[in-house]
Amino acid sequence: MLVSIKGDVRIFSYAAVGGAQEAKGPLGRAFDFIDESERFRQKTWEQSEGEMQRIALRKAMDKAGLSDGDVGHLFAGDLMNQCTSSSYGLMSFDIPHVGLYGACSTAAESISLASVMSDTTDSISAAVTSSHFCSAERQFRYPLEYGGQRTPTSQRTVTGSAAFLLGRGRGKIQVKQLMFGRSVDSKISDICNMGAAMAPAAVDTLTRFFEESGTQPQDYDKIVTGDLGREGFEITKMMMAQKGYNLDAVYDDCGLLIYNLAVQDMHAGGSGCGCSAVVAATSLFPAMERGEIRNLLFIGTGALMSPTSAQQGLPIASIAHLVHLSVM
Amino acid sequence: METLITYLSVFAVGGVLCVIAQILIDKTKMTPARILVGYVVAGVVLTAVKLYGPLVKFAKAGATVPLTGFGYSLAQGVEKAVDEKGLIGVLTGGLTATAAGITAAIVFAFLAALFFKSKPK
Amino acid sequence: MNMDENYKKFAERHAPKSPIVKDCLMAFWVGGLICVIGQAFSDFYKSRGASEETTKMLVPVTLIFLAAIFTGIGVFDRIAKHAGAGTLVPITGFANSVVAPAIDNKAEGWILGLGAKIFIIAGPVILYGTLASVIYGLIYYIVGLF
Repeated sequence: MLVSIKGDVRIFSYAAVGGAQEAKGPLGRAFDFIDESERFRQKTWEQSEGEMQRIALRKAMDKAGLSDGDVGHLFAGDLMNQCTSSSYGLMSFDIPHVGLYGACSTAAESISLASVMSDTTDSISAAVTSSHFCSAERQFRYPLEYGGQRTPTSQRTVTGSAAFLLGRGRGKIQVKQLMFGRSVDSKISDICNMGAAMAPAAVDTLTRFFEESGTQPQDYDKIVTGDLGREGFEITKMMMAQKGYNLDAVYDDCGLLIYNLAVQDMHAGGSGCGCSAVVAATSLFPAMERGEIRNLLFIGTGALMSPTSAQQGLPIASIAHLVHLSVM
Repeated sequence: METLITYLSVFAVGGVLCVIAQILIDKTKMTPARILVGYVVAGVVLTAVKLYGPLVKFAKAGATVPLTGFGYSLAQGVEKAVDEKGLIGVLTGGLTATAAGITAAIVFAFLAALFFKSKPK
Repeated sequence: MNMDENYKKFAERHAPKSPIVKDCLMAFWVGGLICVIGQAFSDFYKSRGASEETTKMLVPVTLIFLAAIFTGIGVFDRIAKHAGAGTLVPITGFANSVVAPAIDNKAEGWILGLGAKIFIIAGPVILYGTLASVIYGLIYYIVGLF
């Protein structure tokens, strides 16, 4: 179902935090804070990830001159079990906290729910997400020092966090419409090919959005998926074309934008909750404010498997949430 | 000259054993853990059918250093223990022969954990 | 929404393949080289008067020690990224698979972190290797009775 945000809710402040590889990428200079050691002065990688969220939200609030009491609700999520990076990282804020899990789609999911909250309560909401290569590697793959080889379709979990503030009446980037995704059985069980696993979810949500909104890809300046990487990007283009939607001129993927894939050895591109969030905060939203992008479809894509479901042989469930943003 | 030939066979056999695993990884998407398990069990079986012993004679470290060599030690150890002690040797032989390697891995891993921290990649 | 098995086949066909020739060349020379280093240690220990038995134990111990150091200083995984099976299959791969979780899981404590997770990758190797040796030992014993 297509959700329209009627009450002029806008994203008026945001900030992005990143690690060493992200700093080396093409968007490196647009980050608000970089820690090349990726530890963020914490003892464990999990705490480092939480600290990234804290810094991102603090910076976003400082930019807008807000204190804790000004923000009604926090919508936050990450990749860790029980979303501990969000709940521990944002503990120091005196703001009601809504924890979300949408895997790598969480950036779009949290912005969506924050905009609904701001629309219905006429208050300021924050959306915060993060991922950290080291904590994700530990939870989903192998110990960090383990010597393994990656396949060409594998993706690199982005070390990064971004926070967005939404509310009525200020800022330029308006949240117009939302389309939440359905959990899709991709039949893919190769966790090193998440692009192919998530592409069908992106196609499902995009198709439903075009049908229900009666629009076409050319009605938008940019259509950007979250972290499909090279594989998922190609497959999505192909599948959309089969359905009669030609995305070629407007389509991009955050997983391809975050790193310089010709130089950095990141295989099929970036992934993780942090990927689409930091690309939005360092590239897409600034471009909207400069007027270079006026109409944006931002589609967060997530692979919802857990280490347990993967070991038990279940195929990857995937999801894609769409946010339609436009400049006033 | 003899040394050179020995070293060449060490290099070639060791290399080929790794290449077989590489092909399995690239073609079948087998995880490294499965490959290692497969290699150790294959080492035991090949020793049992008297194929691995001659390979060790020929290629020395080229056959003992790869993980099939770990299986070879397990199998050889159990043979020796059964010869010497009978049925109880079935239980003691394998791990006795490989005790040094396993203990070394445990001790060095523990020491490494004491002195090193994991690093971002 | 559910995809069907055709999509899985399509995705597998569409995925770029691992550069198998390059991977195999790397695995061959790195794996071969590690074995040569093992042989050199073996010859060295023997030249210093170590018995055949002792040498057989010292060589893997030496390679495990080196792999532990390389893992600790964060170099092993960088070599392994290129060498693939070349570092995995020699005893160095076994050592790395014990040392890496030990270092990594220290954060969860000495008992349930390091202690419980140290064999998370190498455990199956020891389990199935030992089982195989016991099965072979039984057969060997029974055959020896006749």
